[in-house]
Amino acid sequence: MSFALDKSKVPWWVSNLIVPLVNLTLALLVSGLFIFIAGENPYQAIKLIIYGSFGYVEGFAYTLYYTTNFIFTGLAFAVAFHCRLFNIGGEGQAYIGGLGVFLVAINFSFLPVPIIWILSIAGAFIFGAAWAFIPAYLQAKRGSHIVITTIMFNFIASSLMVYLLVDVIRDMKQMGPHTVALPKELWLPSFKDFAAFFGIKIRYSPLNASFLLAIAASLFVWFLVWKTKWGYEMRAVGHNTQAAIYAGISPYKNIIIAMLISGGLAGLLSINEVLGVHHKIVSGFPAGYGFTGIAVALMGRNHPIGIFPAAFLFGILYQGGSEVTFDMPNITRYMFVAVQGVIILFSGALENLFRPQIESFFVNKLNRQAKV
Amino acid sequence: MEFLSDIASLTNSTLRISTPLVFAAMAGIFAERSGVIDFSLEGKMLMAAFVAAVGSYFFGNPWAGLFMAIVACVSLSMLHGFASVTHKGDQVVSCVAINILIIGLTTALAAAWFGQAGLTPTLTDDQRFLEITLPFADALREVPIIGIIYSDILSGHYIFVYFAYISVPIVYWVVFKTSFGLRVRAVGENPSAVDTAGINVFTMRYKALAINGVLIAFAGAHLSTAVNANFFREMSAGRGYLALAAMIFGKWHPKTAVIACLLFGFTDALQIRLQGVELPTIGTIPVQLIQAVPYVLTVILLAGFVGKAIAPRAIGQPYIKER
Repeated sequence: MSFALDKSKVPWWVSNLIVPLVNLTLALLVSGLFIFIAGENPYQAIKLIIYGSFGYVEGFAYTLYYTTNFIFTGLAFAVAFHCRLFNIGGEGQAYIGGLGVFLVAINFSFLPVPIIWILSIAGAFIFGAAWAFIPAYLQAKRGSHIVITTIMFNFIASSLMVYLLVDVIRDMKQMGPHTVALPKELWLPSFKDFAAFFGIKIRYSPLNASFLLAIAASLFVWFLVWKTKWGYEMRAVGHNTQAAIYAGISPYKNIIIAMLISGGLAGLLSINEVLGVHHKIVSGFPAGYGFTGIAVALMGRNHPIGIFPAAFLFGILYQGGSEVTFDMPNITRYMFVAVQGVIILFSGALENLFRPQIESFFVNKLNRQAKV
Repeated sequence: MEFLSDIASLTNSTLRISTPLVFAAMAGIFAERSGVIDFSLEGKMLMAAFVAAVGSYFFGNPWAGLFMAIVACVSLSMLHGFASVTHKGDQVVSCVAINILIIGLTTALAAAWFGQAGLTPTLTDDQRFLEITLPFADALREVPIIGIIYSDILSGHYIFVYFAYISVPIVYWVVFKTSFGLRVRAVGENPSAVDTAGINVFTMRYKALAINGVLIAFAGAHLSTAVNANFFREMSAGRGYLALAAMIFGKWHPKTAVIACLLFGFTDALQIRLQGVELPTIGTIPVQLIQAVPYVLTVILLAGFVGKAIAPRAIGQPYIKER
């Protein structure tokens, strides 16, 4: 490819739809190869994934429950990424966010329930943001690389929470490292209640009202990043720090604000997990959702409209994946961690692998049509 | 005397614990000096640990495992190069992809092949590396001071420990005293100048990444075929990142990086020592908090209380040849 392609001639659907789909297909092909190496049939695995995630109501509800988590962590990564910050610390921020939810719910239990919910959301956001603050400050002021500091804060959060769960806030009547359950009236309305209202009986479903919060968070991020002055400033810093400084925009301020919002969004994951599903803090509840958020954001091209389908796709992979692990003894859930890695590779680092070829193919085709 | 032997055993464990960090830091120096960010040290170390354990198990020889680990890590380095050097993809994204991929793949394959939740079979003594007793170590033990230094601190390590500390002066010599090293550093500082001088920037970066792969393979093999006798899930436990922090703290220089690695090793050795020990006035520190110490130390080192770290100037930027 020695000639330069006029980027403005490339239709939006080629660069934002066709290229990501080609990359995703490549990633899934490689993943199929892994399943083959592990000694199972990739075609059977795909059938199981589709059945597990769409085949029955409970399965589909599980898919949407995972989707909720991935929207939060995907948005979290995307916001920071617009400022060219790699917030790999979603895992730790979500964990600490859970502490915020729990402390609010326990200490403000005398207030009316909807107010406790709103305060819990604030608690999750603030605790998550606070955990992102130190890495943000060190990146802004000292240039300490945010990838290393946020990873370290994941380890630190994990140690801290295990310590708290074992020695400080553990439910002393039980053996496991988890807190006491929150009072039942604080539990977020679940999909099961919702379906029962319409006369549909469902055995169990983790899907709950947090799904709506995830959609609200997507709108919030879209508005914040693309429609406000601050969003513009943040993207300017991310795009070209020097130019932003000339324009009178402070990179320090924007780095810190971007990370605070990113950490806060990751913290919201705990609304789903603590208030919606477990109703207490369970050891290790972020369970890798923070890392999956990276893949979700990169696949969704860091835009809420892209993040939603990407999160849904990972929801399918997670829920369908657990169906696969039931039926195929050689596949464990870690296989799907590997699949995430492959997706990040193809839709992130190798996103330009076939982009020039695909774009010039479509531009030439459109040119020919225009001539005819 | 007990105090002396305490110090000796602490120094001994410091040397052992720092070993994978030293290899990883040296590997990092090659990649980053050539202008390629390498957060994937973590993933490569894990991959090496897995492949070395599996290779030693199948071939019955730890050297075969080490060789396979080298092949695997060099391949991963080439993948990183393919994405971030050839296709100019984002280097950090490429590293994150490799790390997540390897965490998943190693555990998934270990489970699929050996049926135990992410563990490889325990290696027998001839399938792994054993401690080496240096010559005359037993004879010299009774000699004051020299005996402790030679027999209790220097002797009785795995072969990788010696390799690691020998690699430091070699890396220093290669990077700072040879024309190859000069070129590596030059592509990391000012690639277009190197290009003008007729040296291929891409080839240089690939060569640096290949050496990086070889070095990091030793770190992984040390974990799974020497210190431990099998691979287990996420056994690298953040060491790749710690080593990278040590390298940055050491200003991308082997001599200072190795000191930072030893500092990490010492903290970790001390941490293990202090678990469950009753300290005067403070009492017993909870295990979970003590275990977090190396990670806190990493953040403190990165925050840089000894001046700002200055990275190679072209780091993280794909080289785009002007046409």
